[in-house]
Amino acid sequence: MFFDSDLLMSALRALTPILLAALGGAICERAGVFNIGLEGMMLMGCFTAVATSWFTGSPWLGVLAAALAAAAYSLILAVGAVTLRGDAVVLGVAMNLLAVGLTGFLLRTVFGVQGTFDDPSLAGLPLIGGFTPLTYLSWAAVAVAAVLLSRHVWGLRLRGVGEAPDAAATLGVSPVKYKYGAILVSGVLCGLAGAQLALGNVTLFSENMTAGRGWIAVVAVMLGRAAPVGVLLAALLFGLAEAAGFRLQGLGLPQQATDAAPYVVTLGALFLTTARRRRRIRPSGAAS
Amino acid sequence: MLAGVLIGALFLVGTGADPITAYEAVLTGALGADGIGSTLTTTTSVLGMALALAIPLRARLINLGGDGQMVLGGITAAVTGLHSPLPAPLTVVLALLAGMAAGAAYAALAALCENHLGVPLLVSSLLLSYPAVSLASYLARYPLKEPGSSLPQTRAMPDGVELPAFGDSTVTVGLVLVALAAAAYWFTDRRTAVGYEIRMTGLNARFSAYAGVERRGLTLKLMSVSGALAGLVGAIGVLSFPYRFVDGSLTAPGYTWTGLTAALLATAAPIGTVVSAFFFAVLQVGGLAMERTTEVPRELTQVLQAIVIVFLAARLRFPGRWFNRRKEAV
Repeated sequence: MFFDSDLLMSALRALTPILLAALGGAICERAGVFNIGLEGMMLMGCFTAVATSWFTGSPWLGVLAAALAAAAYSLILAVGAVTLRGDAVVLGVAMNLLAVGLTGFLLRTVFGVQGTFDDPSLAGLPLIGGFTPLTYLSWAAVAVAAVLLSRHVWGLRLRGVGEAPDAAATLGVSPVKYKYGAILVSGVLCGLAGAQLALGNVTLFSENMTAGRGWIAVVAVMLGRAAPVGVLLAALLFGLAEAAGFRLQGLGLPQQATDAAPYVVTLGALFLTTARRRRRIRPSGAAS
Repeated sequence: MLAGVLIGALFLVGTGADPITAYEAVLTGALGADGIGSTLTTTTSVLGMALALAIPLRARLINLGGDGQMVLGGITAAVTGLHSPLPAPLTVVLALLAGMAAGAAYAALAALCENHLGVPLLVSSLLLSYPAVSLASYLARYPLKEPGSSLPQTRAMPDGVELPAFGDSTVTVGLVLVALAAAAYWFTDRRTAVGYEIRMTGLNARFSAYAGVERRGLTLKLMSVSGALAGLVGAIGVLSFPYRFVDGSLTAPGYTWTGLTAALLATAAPIGTVVSAFFFAVLQVGGLAMERTTEVPRELTQVLQAIVIVFLAARLRFPGRWFNRRKEAV
């Protein structure tokens, strides 16, 4: 059987980091900040998680440190884009580049190795029912985010800030505070995503180990229209593609084909949904 | 830029190295007699990619698919070089053109995705890049692999199918081609109507649409030119030492991202792009020299590049955005 419970399990494992990062991206999107620095924040989380777990022997401290470090890193975007009103896209690209360089640099200076740091005594996260606690946390986070965004006053204000900052400011809601909050939350979530990737899915750090997952998360935000449940479904699609890719590799397909699979599937899904959305809009007569 | 250099110095002190010796090592390593050839070779690739990304960036379009376009250009040039029945000099020209065509076609695909399917260019170009890199990697490892070699590479180009080099150096005519491209970009940007339309779109897309610039056509054209340049860089890579397509050799040095950094640093202005591309080539080559003499990891140069951009991005306000904000404030 090709589609069995093993496949679903590995899909859910592959899904967790993307889901966490995409959730952070969705919250930023709702606050009106286009965050494409997810990849870099995740990578900072990966490194911090591994380094802290290695020096303290506790993966939990690793997770905590990863969340804090990525949140601190996200301040670059907050200060640059919100306070200084710089270009969020350029900042995001720069943050991704900086994270690759910085983690590579730290890997060399702290551990004295190049490429991959892999040690049998590095403590990874424990598994409960086949998943790390962070996987369960990511599902809870989806539910919490969904409720907060649609029901709670914070969520309404956040969306208000994203859609009409001037109106929100008139009502006494500070757009700056809410934008900072959203970016910091995305930093924490990306840090957790990085910890899951480096201490959950595997137990090692290698250079540029996020390998485009942060970008997939950005796409998941678009696909899911920045709604938590939509983002969950979009990330699930990617998880399935990655897991199916591994399975196909076991069946003798070359690795290059399976490497490309998640991106092709994501792109295909993006085409289908945007094309459908457009067709629905077009009959009403508004030309782009 | 100055801030980047200062922060870099702090990092150097942090690792226990003397910043002045380290920076000296960067400069002498990259610009000294031993390093200049290597720097110019790197400049060829970095400047090529910087131009490829700068041209659409001038109209505020970001092409993140440089890796895919470059690698497809490289593998197409390799196939053309190996199988063309033409005499060697013509084969070289044909291989360059084929590489450019492959890159252009693939970049145009990303433009079509934005124009007709509504997928933002940023995302479509980036996502398309991964399958292209995987495809080229597959081709170099299986169907096109050099028989009997343990490396993932194609057979070497036939005799004479190579870009002429200057003297004994690794610097080839490729540098001249890229420089010509830069000159053409400068001329188009400054002196032609198309260049004006591109800049106008970059400054204020809405206004230029009112003024009659057809955005979809412009996106397609700019992306094709951008992809063609990326393909050219790939083809030059294959037609220079080691005269074959080696899996990973085009993407591993990060020319695409360095090029993007250079283009962003110069806000895509032609002369600025040339200067910043050269600057980053110096950093990249000098970083290796610094690693040899001071044991400071060369990754530091990558950190420096990104820090420069972070500082710039925070200050950088594209005039288009500025216009919009003015309107909001009124």
